[in-house]
Amino acid sequence: MTMVRELGIGGTHTQLLVEELTRTQIVMYAGASGDYNPLHTDEVYATKIAGFPSVLAHGQLTMGLTARLVTSWLDDAVLTAFGVRFSRQVWPGDTLTGTVTVTAVGEQDGRPTAELMLITTNQEDQTVVSGYARVRGE
Amino acid sequence: MPRFQFPVEAGHVLCFARAVGDDDPVRYDAEHERTIRRGGLSASPTFVAAVAQFDPDWPYRPQPGQPWCGSGRGPGTPPPGAGTTSLHAEQHYEYHREVRPGDVLTVERSAGATWEKHSARSGRLRFEEEITRFTDPAGELVVTARRVRVITGRSAEGST
Repeated sequence: MTMVRELGIGGTHTQLLVEELTRTQIVMYAGASGDYNPLHTDEVYATKIAGFPSVLAHGQLTMGLTARLVTSWLDDAVLTAFGVRFSRQVWPGDTLTGTVTVTAVGEQDGRPTAELMLITTNQEDQTVVSGYARVRGE
Repeated sequence: MPRFQFPVEAGHVLCFARAVGDDDPVRYDAEHERTIRRGGLSASPTFVAAVAQFDPDWPYRPQPGQPWCGSGRGPGTPPPGAGTTSLHAEQHYEYHREVRPGDVLTVERSAGATWEKHSARSGRLRFEEEITRFTDPAGELVVTARRVRVITGRSAEGST
């Protein structure tokens, strides 16, 4: 793993976040988060009532998967901010890959800090979420 | 806006971490060297989304004795307000400290900014912000969450 103080502007890290997302993982997220919206949990409702091809993943599930880009890469990072924009739906079977790019490095109260740009794409290289994170190291 | 309590429990932190593919030992193994080095167990970055479990007014949870829009014998029923679509457009978190099992957070929501844009595809788009503040028993802020929803005048491509 990398330490925050080792980061330089322009540094990047790419990681597979989920391979062929399953309906069961969407159900796990519904159960853990409490968001039981039938668009995410009920294939019959999602297809016959809402007119979608299948259930779809919670945007917040994709955001949660995207957070791994930071937490599994930077050993000592404490997140101080994390935000995303949801730009495309995520479906069962999608494979998501995230890329993080360092956009700024600094220091605050004697500890290293960094600003990161995050992009998560699906198997067709379409962006599903994009956002930022700010971290502080030890 | 109502205030309510969000007790952060170790089992819930573990289940949430599993659901987002977060296998970091700091989510579940209090004895792990990495957990000790990081000051104890802590929740995944987006864990506060699970506040829905404790929100008395959360609409997307079946309630005993109440009708539910999802399928049963039949395919379900369309939600009221069909013809408009509400999408989760953005989500932002500011972390003031880590969320840890044993925390009992007080949750307060307030409306933020609203604005409008015009889109050729979807017509008039109305954006609404909602701010959720999570504080500890000492009144110190732990996490500030900002959700942006977009409401379209006619049905767009669905919801996230």
